[in-house]
Amino acid sequence: MPSCDALIIGGGTNGLAAATRLALKGRRVTLLESGPTLGGALALSHTMRDMDARVMSGMDLARHGLNFHPALQTTLLGGPPLTVQRGKTTGPDAAAFAALHAKLTAFARVLAPFRALTPPRLTTKGNEWGKLARLGFGIRTLGQQDFREFLRMILINIADTAEDELSDDRLKGLLAFDATLGAWAGPRSPNTLILLLNQLATGADIQIPQGGMAQIATAMEASARAAGVTIVLNAPVTKILIENDRAVGVAANDTYRAPVTLSAMSPRLTFQHLIGPRHLDAGFFDRTRFIRSRGATAKLTLTLNSPPDLPDLQQRFVIAPSVDAVETAFNPVKYGEVPDNPVMEFVFPTAFDPVHDGPHTLSANVQFAPHDPKAGLETARAQMLANTLKVLHAHVPGLNPTDVKLLMPQDIESRYGMVGGNWHHGELAVEQMLFLRPLRETAQYATPLPGLYLASAGSHPGGGINGAAGWNAAGKVLEAT
Amino acid sequence: MTAPIQMGLTHFQTPLLQSPFHPRLAAANKLNRWGPWAGYMAPLCLGDMDMEYTAIRNGASLYDLCPMVKYRITGPESPDYLNRLMIRNAAKLPVGSVHYTAWCDDQGQVLDDGTLFRHGLQDYLLCCQERHLPWLQASARGFDVQVAEVTQDIAALSLQGPCAASVLTQAGWDISALRPFRMMQLPFQGGEITISRTGFTGDLGYELWLDPDLALPLWDHLMQAGALYGLRPIGSDALNLARVEAGFIITNTDFIPADQALREDRTRSPLELGLAWMIDWDKGHFTGRRALMAEGVRGSDWALVGLDVPGNVSAEGSILYHAKKHEVGMVTSAAWSPATKRSLAIAQIQSRYRMGDDLWVEIYALRELHYVKLMLQVTVVERPFFNPARKRATPPGRF
Repeated sequence: MPSCDALIIGGGTNGLAAATRLALKGRRVTLLESGPTLGGALALSHTMRDMDARVMSGMDLARHGLNFHPALQTTLLGGPPLTVQRGKTTGPDAAAFAALHAKLTAFARVLAPFRALTPPRLTTKGNEWGKLARLGFGIRTLGQQDFREFLRMILINIADTAEDELSDDRLKGLLAFDATLGAWAGPRSPNTLILLLNQLATGADIQIPQGGMAQIATAMEASARAAGVTIVLNAPVTKILIENDRAVGVAANDTYRAPVTLSAMSPRLTFQHLIGPRHLDAGFFDRTRFIRSRGATAKLTLTLNSPPDLPDLQQRFVIAPSVDAVETAFNPVKYGEVPDNPVMEFVFPTAFDPVHDGPHTLSANVQFAPHDPKAGLETARAQMLANTLKVLHAHVPGLNPTDVKLLMPQDIESRYGMVGGNWHHGELAVEQMLFLRPLRETAQYATPLPGLYLASAGSHPGGGINGAAGWNAAGKVLEAT
Repeated sequence: MTAPIQMGLTHFQTPLLQSPFHPRLAAANKLNRWGPWAGYMAPLCLGDMDMEYTAIRNGASLYDLCPMVKYRITGPESPDYLNRLMIRNAAKLPVGSVHYTAWCDDQGQVLDDGTLFRHGLQDYLLCCQERHLPWLQASARGFDVQVAEVTQDIAALSLQGPCAASVLTQAGWDISALRPFRMMQLPFQGGEITISRTGFTGDLGYELWLDPDLALPLWDHLMQAGALYGLRPIGSDALNLARVEAGFIITNTDFIPADQALREDRTRSPLELGLAWMIDWDKGHFTGRRALMAEGVRGSDWALVGLDVPGNVSAEGSILYHAKKHEVGMVTSAAWSPATKRSLAIAQIQSRYRMGDDLWVEIYALRELHYVKLMLQVTVVERPFFNPARKRATPPGRF
């Protein structure tokens, strides 16, 4: 029976980050991945913002082969050419967009440090008051006017923000699309601006690693192995072992024992399936069922014989003509239906890292797709695919796919263990952020079950290809043991 | 007249349900004094409270238990389910037995106490004061178990007093071998009734459980059998006096259930209510266990104590002081006890004062529209205050 100091369940970015941080501090760490490869839901993504800076340097990822292509600019399709990179764009709205971007970036800058923090508790004891005071002071440094703006805007929705500050429908559409990307929310849903701020706090640029997204897993794996992490593939964990009211290991392909276990899989599945009711208080266990976790993003992959007729393929393309278009695409999802005109972003991964003699591919995040379609999965998938291709063909001339693959939220759930197909293992929404993520009792990474910690995107600060949650969780373990 | 019971709902002008025994209770209730109990009309006093109390202690008394909230828990995992729910070990409760138990929320604060009857390996009945179906069902997730509210499906009578066994014998049932906290099934008019040797009076007594259709025939049968033993229907006031003597606590009187408390510091743990003896720490996890372990290490803030108060004025609702100066607690139940000839009280007290040193109670005695303030030094005493041997004797004494 293998034993070690810490077990990590799940070999996605957060699992790898947590494992490596612990191993770098001399802990003997075993990481168990259910599938044949590492990276988890990385396979779903086609772009990213920044890795968490602590992960990037702590894991020395550049040395292990993680380097990036130049940041992508975004081209808005439909109408005359319009490109956006950070705050820079063209057309009559250029100045307003730059100003808005600067303001949002300033807000994101003061929020960013919270991502590296263990969420505070709403009690007088046990908080890092010094750090919190510094971060609070950081917000205050915005200056009086910006601070007021910050307080006014922090909880409003992205549609209002866009309507207030811009006049170009496509720029408004872009903001609406970006803020709601990966969320179960339309631009007029409450609190959607903070989702965009969270993305900006993760990184100002949209990037692709040299060698493709899979390179992240390669580099993180190399770093983890160099730090001494034992990695076991094809080892789906079925149960957390509990003795004397402590997590003492897991059952997978073998029985593994360790005084500390970190679950880098969905908190809901961790509590509902790996532990079960017998070792948890009834109130807490029941509430783990209600960690909201709905996804509304479908993943489309097209295989193309020839590149389409677009001038420059090394960028991100967005089809989101207006706020209304995004909102209208979200509306049917509320009722388990498929939108007529989905909105989407796509890139051509092969344009960045060509596969020798291979075909071109187009990878798209299509919104919004129902996570629980009324018509059933197969019908909804066919309908979603038809509507998506219709929109794509209308915007991309010369598109001749030889193969199409569409993953609906339900497919994503069954393939990647993401409940509801939600990217973040639990919706990233104000009421599930900070000390409420995933639930009050377990927002500081420790769980009610001694010896078990949470390390997935389901914990603060949530998902994205970033590693922050796993890094934070490992820090908590180091503090406690 | 069982129609309103079967209907479940009554007219808005008569919002309280009537028990299956209501026709007899109404006829006996000369004072027409009723109070609400869990949505039912329950008699507070039928004619003479002193006579009713005297029946409990010196003869035999009959009390309608139908309003008591009842849940039936069945299914292969019902022992596991109850062990996760309750602080006491329900798996160890033998079939045909009853025990007193309590359960907590995640914070280890008491939601309610009650009695658990084990009818079969996979068949339990839980009786308690407040309604808890949402909590019981939430707790059932992940267990192969069914939880159903059966309050209206089971009629119940409490037959208490030194002559209780004699009344049952006179009624034609041999219960001489029935020990305390055990139960048995007995035939009655083509049906069956369950008799458990349980009660809330601290005296010899039994509780009878039956189909509501048998309610009135059983009442008449018992009243006839008990005629020569002084059997008397009683109301809640007399019962309450007996239960204070027995030292029993009542939900929402002696403690506030955690799910109803509005103020954060008003909830109490089993350790604070003197229920620690029930906790089975070794049975595996139960809801609130980790919080209670932590409380055990940290120490409890409150304690529940029995008090002996000088004089004969009930201390109900009075404030407790240490050294006549600092408020340290509150009397939750109190009465002048005819059986012990003492003024008794049950109180919540800050736990560091629970030994009772220099402890005083301030009683405001209303004497013809003038309050007389009494500052009396009290003594902490063991509960039960009244604990006669006849309560436990098997076979029961022939009185």
